[in-house]
Amino acid sequence: MAEVKLIGFWASPFSDRVIWALKLKGVNYEYVEEDPYNKTQLVLQHNPVHKKVPVLIHGGKSIPESSIILEYIEETWPQNPLLPQDAFQRAMARFWIKFGEEKMATICAVFRTAREEQQKAMAEATKLLKIIEEKGLGDKKFFGGDGIELVDISFGWLTYLYEVVEKVSAVKVLDADTFPQLHAWIQNLKEVPVVKESLPDHQKLVGHLKRRRETHLALLNCHN
Amino acid sequence: MAEENKVKLHGMWASPYVKRVEIALKIKGIPYELVEEDLVNKSQLLLQYNPVHKKVPVLIHNGKSICESLVILEYIDETWKNGPPLLPQDPYKRAKVRFWTSFVEKELLENVLLVVRSEGEAQEKAIKVVFEKLNLLEEGLKDLFQGETHHIDGENMGILDIFLCSLFGAHKAQEEVLGVKFIDPEKFPLLSSWLTASTEVAVVKALQPSHEKLVMVYQFLRQKALQPSAAEVEVKEGVYVSSLSRSSAF
Repeated sequence: MAEVKLIGFWASPFSDRVIWALKLKGVNYEYVEEDPYNKTQLVLQHNPVHKKVPVLIHGGKSIPESSIILEYIEETWPQNPLLPQDAFQRAMARFWIKFGEEKMATICAVFRTAREEQQKAMAEATKLLKIIEEKGLGDKKFFGGDGIELVDISFGWLTYLYEVVEKVSAVKVLDADTFPQLHAWIQNLKEVPVVKESLPDHQKLVGHLKRRRETHLALLNCHN
Repeated sequence: MAEENKVKLHGMWASPYVKRVEIALKIKGIPYELVEEDLVNKSQLLLQYNPVHKKVPVLIHNGKSICESLVILEYIDETWKNGPPLLPQDPYKRAKVRFWTSFVEKELLENVLLVVRSEGEAQEKAIKVVFEKLNLLEEGLKDLFQGETHHIDGENMGILDIFLCSLFGAHKAQEEVLGVKFIDPEKFPLLSSWLTASTEVAVVKALQPSHEKLVMVYQFLRQKALQPSAAEVEVKEGVYVSSLSRSSAF
């Protein structure tokens, strides 16, 4: 079996996705930590276009972009399928993966803002999270039904939003009363053994995101 | 054909996103009914079939609706296996095609739209970015095609060919309205020959709106952005107002 290597960053939900998928498939891999704020030749060589992590290297071939890596993993290691068999259900899964990708920055804007800007960002985030909860998840245990799939993996960053971002940004973005189903889904996700053992250290993540928020707000103040 | 097997496409004649789906359906030889949507007064059907985004294109098959052009293309490829494939078989090649398709969508299209919507210094900046991205794509194609000539005809267009066509198929109209030739054959020989080959494919040619209509679309988009007090229009992904002629005659 050709060697599998993952270049990632411990605090990146994009890296997390790939780790969860590889572990769920039982694929052995070597993990290489890369600091995105101090990029090395490694990432510049394996992702010359975007210069970002994660990058999967399989048998010497590099695959960047987490959503593309996930589809690659699904196609290369078909055991324990992470996408439905039915074409329409697969289309639904891809639709929600795309929605999450496109709206992630908007939803997480609460993290990068303060005062009135943050209030506006809260309103936007609430609207989008409601769409995800009502139209994407509904009453299901996971987005695809009973088991964890690529959509759940792709929305893993919501576990960061809840708990960590809330602590750091002093706003309740994903409270249990407003989003009971998303809340239940987060608990279900965290109980999946692979996810449970792979989530970044909570304290370390809080510290890291606290510093990131300070950087964002400082930049905003510079422009005001 | 039984009602439930029928394929319907809700679209709008000026939308390049809809065009992608039409090219794919025609390449695969899938008969379909085109439902032209008035995007100023969206139909109840559209709002019902795409409640999240309320946009075109929407594909209806077996009574179910599929939204987002790339998602639709992958659905088409997986459902109708007897036509030419829209993606390669090999997972690594598929990953490369998906990567560059995503690049065309996010890095190129967004920046071309910026050029359309800006002027002066801002526009010059945006044009520079488009050329930088085109440089990257030209290099990417060298790797993707690996020295072989990428032969395109009505039998083997894939999602990347389709996405590129949907953006730069209107290159003559873009040149006329914006005064810039993006796909310069001297700067981007591979891209240029690839674009020429793609736009010559009979199916693509037949689906292309007339030059005059495309010029009108680009002028309209530009006017709307630079003179926002003008006609009330929404210019977001997939939404092109049909205050222009609604006829689909080309």
